[in-house]
Amino acid sequence: MAVNIKSMKREDFKDNEYIDALVEELNATGANVAVGKLDQLINWGISNSLWPLCFGTSCCAIEFMCLGAARYDMARFGFEVARNSPRQADYIMVQGTIVHKMAPALVRLYEQLAEPKYVIACGGCAVSGGPFKKSYCVVDGVDKIIPVDVYIPGCPPRPEAMFYGLMQLQRKIKVQKFFGGVNRQQKIQDFFRQHPEDAGEY
Amino acid sequence: MFDFSIITNWFNNLLIGCMPEWAAVLIECVVIGVLVLLTYTVLALFYILYERKLCAWFQCRLGPMRVGPWGLLQVFADMFKILIKELISLKGTDKFLFKLAPYIIITSSVVMLACLPWGRGLQIIDYNIGIFFVLAVSSVGVLGILLAGWSSNNKYTLIGAMRSGAQMISYELSLGLALMSIIVLAGTMNINDLVWAQDKCWFIFQGHIPAIIAFIIYVIAATAETNRGPFDLPEAEHELTAGYHTEYSGIHFGFFYLAEYLNLFIVSGIASLMFLGGWMPLHIPGWDGFNAVMNWIPGIVWFLAKAFFISYVIIWFKWTFPRVRIDQLLAFEWKYMMPFALANLVLMAVCVAFGLTF
Amino acid sequence: MNVKETISRICPSVSFEEGECLLVVVPETDWYPLAKQLKENPDLDFDVLSAVVGMDWKDSLGVVYYLTSTSHNWEMISVKVAVTDRENPMIHSVSDLWKVANFQEREVFDFYGIKFINHPDMRRMFLRNDWKGFPLRKDYDANPALNPIPVDDEKHEDETVKYVEDADGNVKEVRGKVFEENDYVVNIGPQHPSTHGVMRFRASLDGEVIKKVDVVSGYIHRGIEKLCESLGYPQILHFTDRMDYMSAHQNRHCLCMCIEKAMGIVVPERAQVIRTMMDELMRISSHLLSFGCTAMDLGATTAFFYGFREREMVLDIFEKTCGARMSMNYNVIGGVMADLHPDFVKDVKALIEIMPERLKEYHTVFTGNIIAQNRLKGVGMLSKEDAINYDITGPSGRGSNWSNDCRKKHPYAAYDRVEFDEVLETGCDSFARYMVRMREIEQSCRILAQLVDNIPEGDIRAQVPKVVKLPAGHWYAQVEASRGTFGVYIESDGSKNPYRVHFQSPCFNLIGVMDLTCTGHMIADLITIGAALDFVIPDIDR
Repeated sequence: MAVNIKSMKREDFKDNEYIDALVEELNATGANVAVGKLDQLINWGISNSLWPLCFGTSCCAIEFMCLGAARYDMARFGFEVARNSPRQADYIMVQGTIVHKMAPALVRLYEQLAEPKYVIACGGCAVSGGPFKKSYCVVDGVDKIIPVDVYIPGCPPRPEAMFYGLMQLQRKIKVQKFFGGVNRQQKIQDFFRQHPEDAGEY
Repeated sequence: MFDFSIITNWFNNLLIGCMPEWAAVLIECVVIGVLVLLTYTVLALFYILYERKLCAWFQCRLGPMRVGPWGLLQVFADMFKILIKELISLKGTDKFLFKLAPYIIITSSVVMLACLPWGRGLQIIDYNIGIFFVLAVSSVGVLGILLAGWSSNNKYTLIGAMRSGAQMISYELSLGLALMSIIVLAGTMNINDLVWAQDKCWFIFQGHIPAIIAFIIYVIAATAETNRGPFDLPEAEHELTAGYHTEYSGIHFGFFYLAEYLNLFIVSGIASLMFLGGWMPLHIPGWDGFNAVMNWIPGIVWFLAKAFFISYVIIWFKWTFPRVRIDQLLAFEWKYMMPFALANLVLMAVCVAFGLTF
Repeated sequence: MNVKETISRICPSVSFEEGECLLVVVPETDWYPLAKQLKENPDLDFDVLSAVVGMDWKDSLGVVYYLTSTSHNWEMISVKVAVTDRENPMIHSVSDLWKVANFQEREVFDFYGIKFINHPDMRRMFLRNDWKGFPLRKDYDANPALNPIPVDDEKHEDETVKYVEDADGNVKEVRGKVFEENDYVVNIGPQHPSTHGVMRFRASLDGEVIKKVDVVSGYIHRGIEKLCESLGYPQILHFTDRMDYMSAHQNRHCLCMCIEKAMGIVVPERAQVIRTMMDELMRISSHLLSFGCTAMDLGATTAFFYGFREREMVLDIFEKTCGARMSMNYNVIGGVMADLHPDFVKDVKALIEIMPERLKEYHTVFTGNIIAQNRLKGVGMLSKEDAINYDITGPSGRGSNWSNDCRKKHPYAAYDRVEFDEVLETGCDSFARYMVRMREIEQSCRILAQLVDNIPEGDIRAQVPKVVKLPAGHWYAQVEASRGTFGVYIESDGSKNPYRVHFQSPCFNLIGVMDLTCTGHMIADLITIGAALDFVIPDIDR
C-alpha cells in the first residue's frame, strides 16, 4: 500500500523506502495497516487537522511564528488553529532546548494532550541537545523523556523544513490504525497500575 | 413569496391521514429535531470555515486551501478529528457538572436556532412572546459557561467563568433594551408578526435615528454576548490560555467551539430579524416593479445573506480590535451603553407616540 | 576630583589595579560602606550597577561589580570583592542600594554558592532548588548521576531564606515564605502563550488585581557561560546568536569587540560599516517582532501579521548575505564572515523606502486604536529613578526618559560617523516603551540610509592568528542590543580557552521590574506590561 497525502507528491519525498518498509513491517507482524474505509476516513481527518500546541522555548518558536505568518501560511494545510490548552491540541512541536528544570513540565504537557497525540522534535536542541549538548543541565534530545514521531533538524529549521516535517507526520498518521490500534482503556489501566495513588477516584 | 407552510401542512395531513394524531406529532417532532441538529452542524461548520477564510484575507493570507477545493473540506476533517479525540476525565473536578456544562451551552443555542424565521412559514417555534423567549433562553448559556469554569477546578477557568458571568449579564441589559426599542416600534413580540410588520420597509428604515442607534448598540452588545473579540475576555487566549474551556478536550470542547460559532449566527439572525426584515425582501414603498423583482429571491436567501453580512461585521471587529480589559469592559457597559440604550428607548417611544416613524 | 583619590580617602584599605577601566579591590568587610559611598557620594555618584560577575579564582570566590556614573560622563569602574572561605562564602548584599543587584546576586548564588548577607530573598535563580553543587565553580562535579533529569516538580518552591546580620555582626539564617498563607496564587507559565517563551510568573491576586509577582526563571537556562569555559574563542561565538535571537548580530558584535579589544585587532573599515548596518537591520527586525507580539498579546492578531510581513524583507536580506534567516553567525573575530551579497544595497534601499508608509499603516491599524491606547497608557509605570536603579536600559529605559543609548554614550563601530537621534519618551508607561520602539525603527532606517551608499571598499576581515589566545587579564565590552545594553565580560588566563565569560543581558534586568510595575494592575495588564518590556527568555536564562 502506497502512502499518499494530498499536500505533497509522493515522489517529492526523499524517504519513501522508509515509509514503505514501515507499512510492510506492520503488515508482516499482523497489525494490519489502516485498511478499513472508516479507518481511512478518520486518518484523513486527523492528518488534515493537526492543531499545534503553542510551545516554544527559543529561536525555533520565532520561525514557527513565521510559519503561521503570511508568507508561509500554515493555515493552507489547516494547521493554524494553535491551541494554548494541551487538552485541545493534537501535537506538540518542541521548539527549542529543553533543560532539566523544564523537563517535568514538558512531560506533563505531553501527558495532558488528548489521544491521538504526536510529538515533533524541532531543531537541533530538541533533536539532540544541539550546541548545548555538553551543558550540565540540558536534556540532550527530547526523546529521552517523551516519545517522538518526527525529527526536524536545523538551527533553527527553515519554515519549509517545518512543513516537510509536518507532511511526514501526516504520512505517518495515514498508516496508523484507529480501530483496535490505540487501546486507550488499556493505557489508562496500565497507568493506574503504576500510579496507585491516583486510582482511588476511578 | 413561496409559503413554506404549504409543504408542512401537506406533510401533516399526510401523516394524520394514516395514523393517530399523537403518532403524527411524534414523527414530526423527530423529523424536525433531526433537521434542526443537521442545520446546526452544517451552519456551525460553515461558520468555522467562513471565519477562518475571512481572517486569513484580513491578514494577507489564503486560509485553508489544500483539503478539498479551496479548503472546503477542512472543517469536515476537523470534525472527524474532534469526534475521535479522547475525552479526558480529570481528578478533582465535579464530574457531573463538568460533563453537563457543554450540553447546557449547546442546548441553549439549539433552542435559539429553532426560533429563527428562515422563510415564510419556515419556522419551528412561534410563540406570541417569541423574541422574549429567545432572550430568556440566551441567558441560560451563561450558566453553562459558569459551570464549565467552576467545575474544572482550575484557576484560569474560574477567572474566565467569573469574567463571562459579569460580562454576559451586563451586556444582556443593553441587548434587551436595544431590542425593546424595536418592540416598541413594532408593537409585537411574535416573530412572525415582526417579520410581516416589515413588509413595507425594514425597521431600521422605519425607525430611522433611534432604530439605527439601537442597531449599533445591539451589534456591540451581541459581540459581547457571544464572547467574541474585542470582548473575548472569558477565553482571552493570551491571558487565560483558553479561558473557561481550558480543561475540556475532544467533543466536549467541540461543543463549545460549535456553540461559539452558532451563537454568532444566532445573534446575527436576530439582528437581521429585528432590524433588517428577517426573510422579508428589500421593499421600497411605491416602487412596485422593484419590489416584485426582490420577491423573486427566496426568503431563505435573504435571511442568510443578512445574517452572514452582520456576522462578517462582527468577525471584522474580532480580527481588528485589541481586547479590552475587564474594568474597561464593565465601565463601557454601565457608564455608556446602558444609559444610552435607555435614552434611546425613550426617544423611540416618543417617535412612535407622535407618529414620527415611516 | 579624581575617583581614585576619593575612594582611597573614603576607604584606605582598598588597592587599585589599572586596566581597561579602574579596578578597585576591596576587602569584604569594607565593601558595603564603600558601596554606599560610591552610590551616594556626589563626587562619585555611581548610580548604575552595570554588571555583577561571579568569579571563582580557585583560591578564592568573589564578585566583580561594574559601576557606571550617568552624571560623570558614563565613567565606568569595577570593584572586586573576594572571600577565601569556599565552604560558606558570604558577601554583603548591595541590593538595597542598587535594586538591580537583587536578581544579579541570586544568579551569583546559584552559580557559585556565595550567600549575600541581608539579601531579601536568597533562592536559586535558574536552577532547581534541589540542584546539587554550584555549576560555575571550577571544582564542580559534572557527574550526571548527581543531577539526573528530574521527573517531578520542585518541592518547597514557596520557601525562601534570608541571611540577616545583627548589630554585632553575627549572621543568622531566617526562613520564610514567598507568598502569604491565604494568597490566591495564579501560576502563569512556563508554557503560556504570552510569556514569549518559557517564563514563569506566580501572581497573587485580589480579585483580578495583582498583589505580588514572583518571577521564576531558568526554564531555558542552558549553562552557556560554563560551556564557554571549555571551548576556544572562535567556538564560543555562536552561543551569542542563540541567547537573544532577536539581537543576534549585536550580541555577537559585542563578543567579537571584546575579544578584538583584548587582542588589539583593528577591524577594517568595511567590516565596521557592515556590522553597523547589520545591527540596525537586526534592530528593525526585532522591533517589528515586538510590535507584532504586543499587538497579538492584546488580542489584535491582524497587526501581528502586518509586522511579520515587513520582517520577512529583513530576513531576506540576512539570508542572502549570511546564509540563514535566524542564527546568522555572521560576525567573526576581526570582521565578518562573508562579503555582502550583490543585492544587499538594492534590498536595503527597498526596505528603507517602504518602511515609513508601513509604519503609518501600523499606527492606523494598532497604535491609533482607542482600545490599544487605553490598554497601554498609564499601565506599568516605571519612573526614571527606578529605571536607573534597576538598570533598565534600551527602549524600555528610554520610555522612562532615561538617556542611556550606548551608541551615543561611547560610540563603537561606525556609530560615530552617522547622524541619528536617541529616541526618548516621557510617558514612563507601556505606551511610551512601545512608541520608543516604533520611533527607533525610523532612526534605524535613517542610519541605514546614510551608510548604504557609503560602504567603503576593502577587507572584510582583519588578519587573525589561527589560534586565538588572549593575554591574561579581563575585559568588558558593551553594545546597544535591540533590548538594551548588552555586556560581555571575559577573563583570560592566557590560554586558548576563556577562564570566565559572563554575558550581561538586558532582558535579565527587565524581569526584575515585573513585580514593581505589575503590582496594583490587573492580570490582563501583566501580559501588556510583559509585552511592552519585550523580554526574550533565552537571553534572561542564558
